[in-house]
Amino acid sequence: MNAWDYFVNLLPNVRSSFVEWLQGLHLASSLIVFLDSLIGIILILLIVFPVVMAFIWLERRFIARMQLRPGPNRCGPFGFFQPVADAVKVLTKEFIMPAKGDRLVHWVAPILMFFAALMVFAVFPIGAGPKGAFSDLNIGILYVVAIGSLGVIGIFMAGWASNNKYSLIGAVRGVAQLISYEVPMVLAIVGVILIVGSLQMGEIVGKQTIPYILLQPLGFLIYFIGALTEINRSPMDLIEADSELTAGYFTEYSGMKFAMFYLGEYINALAVSIIVTTLFLSGWKGPFLPMWFWFTLKVFGVFMFILWMRATLVRLRIDQVMAFSWKGLLPLALINVFITAAEVLAWDSWMPGWESFPWPFVFVNLAIAVVLIVLWAKLFFKPGGGRIEAGGLRDRYSQGYGVNPQAPVS
Amino acid sequence: MALTLKHLFRRLVTTQYPERKLATSRRIRGQQFVWRSDLCTACATCAKACPHGIIRLRTSKGGDNRYVMDSMEFDIGRCMFCGLCVEACPYNALFMGRSYEEAKYSRKLLWADRETLMDPAIEPSAYWHPELEERIPKQTLLVYGQTHQEPPKKTHD
Amino acid sequence: MELKTQPFVLNVGPQHPSTHGVFRMKVLLDGEVVVDLEPVFGYLHRGIEKLAEGRTYTQNIPFTDRFDYLASMMNNLAYVLAVEKLARIEVPERGQYLRVVMAELMRISRHLMAVGFLTNDLGAMMTPLLYMWREREKVLDLFDMVCGQRLTYNYMRIGGVSQDIPPEFLPAVDRFVAEMPRFIDEYDQLLATNEVVLARLKGVGILPADLAINCSCSGPVLRASGVKWDIRKADPYCGYDRFDFEVPTGTVGDVYDRYRVRIEEMRQSVRILEQALRQLPPGEVCAKVPSLLRPPKGEAYARIEASTGELGFYLVSDGSIAPYRFRVRSPELLNLTVLREISRGWKIADLIVIFGSIDVAMGEVDR
Repeated sequence: MNAWDYFVNLLPNVRSSFVEWLQGLHLASSLIVFLDSLIGIILILLIVFPVVMAFIWLERRFIARMQLRPGPNRCGPFGFFQPVADAVKVLTKEFIMPAKGDRLVHWVAPILMFFAALMVFAVFPIGAGPKGAFSDLNIGILYVVAIGSLGVIGIFMAGWASNNKYSLIGAVRGVAQLISYEVPMVLAIVGVILIVGSLQMGEIVGKQTIPYILLQPLGFLIYFIGALTEINRSPMDLIEADSELTAGYFTEYSGMKFAMFYLGEYINALAVSIIVTTLFLSGWKGPFLPMWFWFTLKVFGVFMFILWMRATLVRLRIDQVMAFSWKGLLPLALINVFITAAEVLAWDSWMPGWESFPWPFVFVNLAIAVVLIVLWAKLFFKPGGGRIEAGGLRDRYSQGYGVNPQAPVS
Repeated sequence: MALTLKHLFRRLVTTQYPERKLATSRRIRGQQFVWRSDLCTACATCAKACPHGIIRLRTSKGGDNRYVMDSMEFDIGRCMFCGLCVEACPYNALFMGRSYEEAKYSRKLLWADRETLMDPAIEPSAYWHPELEERIPKQTLLVYGQTHQEPPKKTHD
Repeated sequence: MELKTQPFVLNVGPQHPSTHGVFRMKVLLDGEVVVDLEPVFGYLHRGIEKLAEGRTYTQNIPFTDRFDYLASMMNNLAYVLAVEKLARIEVPERGQYLRVVMAELMRISRHLMAVGFLTNDLGAMMTPLLYMWREREKVLDLFDMVCGQRLTYNYMRIGGVSQDIPPEFLPAVDRFVAEMPRFIDEYDQLLATNEVVLARLKGVGILPADLAINCSCSGPVLRASGVKWDIRKADPYCGYDRFDFEVPTGTVGDVYDRYRVRIEEMRQSVRILEQALRQLPPGEVCAKVPSLLRPPKGEAYARIEASTGELGFYLVSDGSIAPYRFRVRSPELLNLTVLREISRGWKIADLIVIFGSIDVAMGEVDR
């Protein structure tokens, strides 16, 4: 292949060339596999860490710019080295451990969350071809969903081990929220899988002649909202609500352990942006320019949209978050799956060449999505609900459970 | 959400301090005092007017039936810069300063004695002294979108 | 089947990112639901009422700045009105108009801060807060121009105001007043059209009108519950009866209504400002008052409509240069007493929002 084609699909080609060179050295095949995996891991780390640093920088400058202030601009030109300064600060801090907290759990929690976040990167396709992802599993997207849920355990362990009521409240809220949003998220992904016919992420990108955001607008919305919640970002960042619970489940963490949570959050954000790009925005596809360029552009675009939402929207309350998931997103996701299944059946039976002209279905799907969203908004958005009647409280707590034992609970 | 996006493209309203500063008000009740010993008669009205009793004077009788100020000290550390002393002086001998960056490293340095009070480098502010207003540059106002003080234009003297 | 739960006590302590000032709440929680609440304050008590008995009437004016430090001139104004009532001093016209101008600017700045911190408590990063602070910066610059300070102004004196406004004040205020309605509309739109904000605020923390009256609430908290009581209309001071403005009231008394009332009050303040600036008469700004004022023996109570409620000063004089008794009727303390009643049954997140809607500055509560 010529130089431009090599350049266009750079990272997978670098890896393929490396494997060919190793085979030329006539080493044992298991050693080749081992070294290949090693170079894959190094490539992933080389991508993930600088991009996460860039995300941290971008977040502070972009949100600050929307707040009419410049953001960090002292550490290096345009504050580029601010994440480095943050890293140095965090590395040199003392590890504070609450006296009555559970030592082992306190140590393991950030490690669990961090590695769960990192392991997901194994299946993301950065370029075309068999070496496009670190390992293009044929159950790609299922692997992503499964490993992504491991982070939840990390959060709960963190809240429990801190021996702190604030952390516990934050952790309990977090587990409830994360578990409830898994279900609609997975169902939204099922919609895409039905159209593609395979779980393999390379295939999903390969089959997108038009981005699936057009074919699955409802699925995109459901997945996006679910993913925002999974990464604990506004408007659902209530488990680390600074204005309510100080810092939620990681109140008692400092030093490198805090850094792992902090980085883990951004790595999760990166993972979610990549998933959205892969599933709905047709991954690395794009005219003229190299594949990794389009990929980076789309990922950064999604992340900037997430940042924009963070700077603007206010937080929801936990019961509103749960109600939204179970009463709003889940039925919509189920209906989406049914409709998509019906469409796929129709395409396979009656319209085998639909891919060349998918536009009528785009409009049909968009219309259905709009109708459903409006219907659901009218049906259950009742503002201000949620007060538990004081009468009930009086009856249950009339035995003097007041905070001041002398004062009567009236 | 559109509101935040609109703000992304507006001008910044912050000032890159300390490289650039705002021009303070002409009547700023800064953290310094200026004392005109030629106008002062050591009547101690300022000391009586202070709510905290910060001003300490020691006077003695000089010739010609006048008081002589032996020592005068202001406890800037406890001062709340209310300006009542400046208003109270019947001879307009006391001025407030214009600086707001008077933090010191030790509490002993926060007492302003005679030399500090008579230091010619301190610029007096126009608080309660409207005759000084023309000499002091105009304030930067955010209402007009000004976020830092323009450097003074060179005048030909 | 009854779910067996055990409530626990959470200490929303004096150091907390969202209690406005040092305020402690011992909250009894059942899961997320607030069952009971005991407020603990007094962390900022400085004994100003006792200190004031040892200082002359003019020396007490900077102390009154430190009560509700976010709206200092209101405190100055109430105190000075009480002394003038005690000593029967007439304030010249220009002094009265300037007092009204400053009071209304102060009210705008205080309400901007209250609404801004509401959005901060709700969770929007700090973005709407910083937009509102930009407007507040403009107001603080104007105050800086007049009296030389940005937070503790010490501007009112017995008999008027301390200095006249400089010539560049009027064009700047005119510019501010011309721009302000557009910004108030922007902030109004932020609250009123955002679905999430409505879902968080509507119906939360309802204060019924009879409870509000019984607990001596005043200010926006009272008016949001539907009671139309504004001291500027009911018991006018400083010539407020010369101006034409309305008193906004709410209907339900929830957090949303309190914020709507504050935004509407900002609009009415702009209206009063326009009228006052147009009618500003020339003349003296302060009456001639002896520097060591000795009011005749007696007592006086003067009250104003501060931005948080009815701020009153009760002064007893025994004929000497210092007051015999200096008592502050603090609106924020009295408004705070209803916190327990209106937040029971809501969740922690709502508790923070309800507390923010009562809009306290702890200097006033603790004195």
